[in-house]
Amino acid sequence: MSDVVLEVKDLHTYFELEEGTLKAVNGVSFSIRKNRTLGVVGESGCGKSVTAQSIMRITPKKNSKISGQILLHRASGAVDLARLDEDGDEMRDLRGREIAMIFQEPMTAFSPVHTVGNQIMEALFVHGERDKSAARKRVIALLDEVGIPAPERRIDEYSFQLSGGMRQRSMIAMAIVLNPRLLIADEPTTALDVTIQSQILRLMKRLQRDNGMAIMFITHDLGVIATMADDVAVMYLGKIVEYGAARQIFKDPKHPYTKGLIRSIPKFGATDGAHLATIEGTVPVPLDPPDACPFANRCGEFIAGKCDVRMPAAVTVAPGHSVSCVLYE
Amino acid sequence: MSDASLLEVRGLKKYFPIEEGLLRRVVGHVRAVDQVSLSIGKGRTLGLVGESGSGKTTLGRCVLRAIDLTAGEILFHHDGATTDLAQLSRRGMREFRKHLQMIFQDPYSSLDPRKTIFDIVSEPLRIHRIAKGRELEDRVRTALELVGLDVRYMKRFPHAFSGGQRQRIGIARALSINPQLIVCDEAVSALDVSVQAQILNLLNDLQEEFNLTYLFIAHDLSVVEHVSDDVAVMYVGKLVEQAPTQALFARPRHPYTEALLSAIPRPDPDQPLPETGGIEGELPDPANPPSGCYFHPRCPYAEAICREAEPPLVQVAPQHTAACHFAEELELNGLEN
Repeated sequence: MSDVVLEVKDLHTYFELEEGTLKAVNGVSFSIRKNRTLGVVGESGCGKSVTAQSIMRITPKKNSKISGQILLHRASGAVDLARLDEDGDEMRDLRGREIAMIFQEPMTAFSPVHTVGNQIMEALFVHGERDKSAARKRVIALLDEVGIPAPERRIDEYSFQLSGGMRQRSMIAMAIVLNPRLLIADEPTTALDVTIQSQILRLMKRLQRDNGMAIMFITHDLGVIATMADDVAVMYLGKIVEYGAARQIFKDPKHPYTKGLIRSIPKFGATDGAHLATIEGTVPVPLDPPDACPFANRCGEFIAGKCDVRMPAAVTVAPGHSVSCVLYE
Repeated sequence: MSDASLLEVRGLKKYFPIEEGLLRRVVGHVRAVDQVSLSIGKGRTLGLVGESGSGKTTLGRCVLRAIDLTAGEILFHHDGATTDLAQLSRRGMREFRKHLQMIFQDPYSSLDPRKTIFDIVSEPLRIHRIAKGRELEDRVRTALELVGLDVRYMKRFPHAFSGGQRQRIGIARALSINPQLIVCDEAVSALDVSVQAQILNLLNDLQEEFNLTYLFIAHDLSVVEHVSDDVAVMYVGKLVEQAPTQALFARPRHPYTEALLSAIPRPDPDQPLPETGGIEGELPDPANPPSGCYFHPRCPYAEAICREAEPPLVQVAPQHTAACHFAEELELNGLEN
């Protein structure tokens, strides 16, 4: 497994709030390999974005606490990001060069008072580039690569002058300018129209094929996950409840939550007016959650005295496919 | 179709002026909605789709007269009479609005945080002086029960509720005065998948029970396919195709509809998005649209005539219209293939 880029082991990210401890990420383990895409899927509040922010070490410093290991494997050996100072030189150097991130809302990712080109070039300068005209050439080539028409003109424009799709392309350009080995994409296409979304997804696949980067793709959209992911982690209330290859998750889901999610999307060609399967209730807030199955109170297969007394262990049901549910223990 | 229709929109136009300079001189117009005609049968759902900027929300607002239209007719058939909403005065419209309600996208900003659930849901009833006192409370109770909310929470404020529950509150508010038509503007887009299914089922049940008519505006085509009897597709302010849902999804007649359908990521790893092909480019600037057919710069089938002449909306099959010069000839792919 020498091509593992990132290995997360038993990650916990807690926020200390006045009302109690918010266990946003509560014991999550996974790894991402070179040239592969891990899809992380779940509803709002499941901890998928906080997992990404923990890896980047950009959770709010004031009240968040990270424990567990976030191992970034490099030729020179592994470094545990969870132990680094989030403001220190080492973490700053790793951000952008080794791990980069793109967000849902590209409008807020760019400064409105600097041109898009200057912001992308800034990354090159911070990481050691000296030659200004070489940097400019490199950025123009990059904008061209991510599909921005007339890049030699666009490089001097501001983010508000670009459309949503063009802004997302620019953000991808900014993320990959230093050839990171891991790209974290947090709902990168959620704000886009479906035609633009498919262009961006295609672009990300092409870039991955060209430079072999590992991608962690976070979304609530099961259609996008099925298109992008090699492996899928299904998160619920701070925990990964099921993990497996995309085909295993979509064709043979095991966890009652995964099954419920897949059933609740409208299918094309289904009988007109038919009722959709639903999951009762709503996602609770993980404030001081009990040490039990997080899905217990919404689960149709709830077993009193089993599901509500302890957290079920992850059981391997097929090679590469694991599930945390008492039904499989 | 028209004899049983509840709402008929004819030649609706909404132009927004583009102003320039200190004197706010009008230098042009954005044709947000341009010559759109459609009709919705009583008790049916018309899905309205298109990319952002296509004018679908503006059309929905014009139908409710939330904004004034530039031209056109909005015929509402009710109790054996026909009313042209476009001709109503503000006062007349206010009276009429009890038949038309709206459900909004964002359940967070569409409820006043300083009002209790009772105040929010009872508001339409109080404004139209339909009920007061004991009766008012009963009607609110009934509306809340219909949408599956616990009536004990009536005195609480919106912040105590989740997104799905807030959307139920918005639906209860719309239902409280027994409207005929509900415009649902991206009513489930902000919700989580599992909650979205609950709300779609609720809308479906309510429609069956009260014979409600929905204008369902959404960008998610799988949701639109699920709820709609008919679907209308808009592109840069114009209607480019309209058909019964199954016909439109099985065999689209406009290349833009085909492009929309092919761009949907399917929740099946065995049907990934094709790596090549697909529609290129973005929606043109509606203030400065291309010549001829607005879609021609992005259309893989475009020919010379498409750059020169605007295609009329013509009937290509029973109840199926499309605005494409080659609607009859092209063999476009739907979702079955």
